[in-house]
Amino acid sequence: MDWSALKLSLELSFWTMLILLPVGIFLGRHLAWTQFRSKSVVEALLTLPLVLPPTVLGFYLLVAMGARSPIGQAYESLFGQQLSFSFAGLLIASLIFNLPFAIQPMQRAFEAIPQEVREAARCCGLSPWRILGRIELPLAWPGILSALVLTFAHTLGEFGVVLMVGGNIPGETRTIAIAIYDRVQAFDNQAAATMSAVLLIISLAAISLSYFATSRLGKRHDHV
Amino acid sequence: MSDGLHLHLVQDSPIPLAAQIHCAPGEVLALVGPSGSGKSTLLRSIAGLYRPNSGVIRCAGEVWFDSNRGINMPTAARRVGMVFQNFALFPHLSALENIAEAMLDYPQKERIERAHSWLARVHLSGLEKRLPRQLSGGQQQRVAVARALAREPKVLLLDEPFSAVDRGTRESLYNELAELRAELNMPVLLVTHDLDEATLLADRMSILNVGKTLQTDTPDQLLTAPLSAEVAKLMGMRNVFSGRVIRHEATHSIVAWGEHELRVRLRVDFEAGSAICWAMPTSGVLLMPSRSREAETLDNEIPVRIITMLALGEQFRLTLQAGQENVTMNVPRHIAQRYALAEDQHISVRLRGETVHLMPVES
Repeated sequence: MDWSALKLSLELSFWTMLILLPVGIFLGRHLAWTQFRSKSVVEALLTLPLVLPPTVLGFYLLVAMGARSPIGQAYESLFGQQLSFSFAGLLIASLIFNLPFAIQPMQRAFEAIPQEVREAARCCGLSPWRILGRIELPLAWPGILSALVLTFAHTLGEFGVVLMVGGNIPGETRTIAIAIYDRVQAFDNQAAATMSAVLLIISLAAISLSYFATSRLGKRHDHV
Repeated sequence: MSDGLHLHLVQDSPIPLAAQIHCAPGEVLALVGPSGSGKSTLLRSIAGLYRPNSGVIRCAGEVWFDSNRGINMPTAARRVGMVFQNFALFPHLSALENIAEAMLDYPQKERIERAHSWLARVHLSGLEKRLPRQLSGGQQQRVAVARALAREPKVLLLDEPFSAVDRGTRESLYNELAELRAELNMPVLLVTHDLDEATLLADRMSILNVGKTLQTDTPDQLLTAPLSAEVAKLMGMRNVFSGRVIRHEATHSIVAWGEHELRVRLRVDFEAGSAICWAMPTSGVLLMPSRSREAETLDNEIPVRIITMLALGEQFRLTLQAGQENVTMNVPRHIAQRYALAEDQHISVRLRGETVHLMPVES
């Protein structure tokens, strides 16, 4: 059992989830309620990571973050270290390939709030922040929660993109999914089995939590 | 001029508007028109939920919207109380919390106390903790009204507030609103497509079609003296026809209608020979054959054929064929039975010339 790999995976999932929470709320809410000309293009781009083979996405991210790319060079001059094959690079890749998992459920959740209810809040004199905190977020909460759980579980198990962008550096980029692959390659099926079971249990727990929470919260919302 | 609500909006697209409204404090003005006539758009413009292209909206001395001066006050600053068609209660907040949310100007404790008293005023004490989905339609509507009034609004906007409740509940809500309105000292705008509702609740009505305010008047005046055939039809008048003024006598005017010449109320403002539209309420058509008093009254006897008899509660609605035109009249059930009226029967009716209202021909 590679505990450092598990810890790394949990850290990566946690940070991905935390950063995508405000991003998803902002973008999901915006996409739910505003019409603009290039909306379908934006939506398609945000969904792309869902259908693109992880190796393809990983390849482009690797090129974009490599030592010879502008982004890679800028990062290196700022922080004195390489972006690709680092935890930071892994996190950026993880944020990008999780965009659809974070944004889509939140967008659906915001779309489900009736326009009249938001307008009523404005007529009651509520400030935009009060509307967000008192009306919108409580109503969209089940969707936001399931977006977070999906993001967390998906990051935990992601393999292709991580391998392409991060490689297999213990303590830096070797996530639990990579560690499992690594163990199988070394004919250490015992360790692979243990880690797979741990990953299975965590994923199952996360998804169950999400379903449980949404069904309980959901009951508060089936109004009129 | 600073009193009440003044609205004047003009735009061609996306929703055509040519509206002018004034509603005094304490007055109930109904905006009436078919769906798509722009009633709700006007209400939403007042609330600041819709931004028209050009015009002015003033309320209680404040300018809320003025396209020329670039003023467009945000909704939250306008102090409007709005009751939405489906009530738009906050589904995750209790009845009490829904009302308290409209009173954020007050400290928390006072907010709750005031919300309690509002619930009492709309007869919902005891239901403080209920969520909207645990309330009946009528109760939800009362919470919505209380929430709108708790805002201490400068104008109360009611957007078809009775359309989502059943008929029985509606009757009692009408009474409650009538009770409540005596205490309200702000302008009240009621959007409805139900003429009976408007007649019952409103002091004045504004008739809208395709975004245009055609006529604003008391319900009675609108029914007896519509400005145009369009208003007459929108007021639900069935007997609207075209004709021509033949001449004016000392006490009445003579109007040609198909092959008939009708003696109608004197209207010298229409020149002899001019084409006109005329309207007459269903109550202006009488069944009984005329007697000797014909000379004194303006009764016009015409032969008709009964095309259809539609039973409407205690009454029958008769469609009568008179030449090329169809005339509608209502006959009480017992009268219809006494005269043994039946479809396809040929009878004589009297058109009461006193009730005939002349209007200019539509352009």
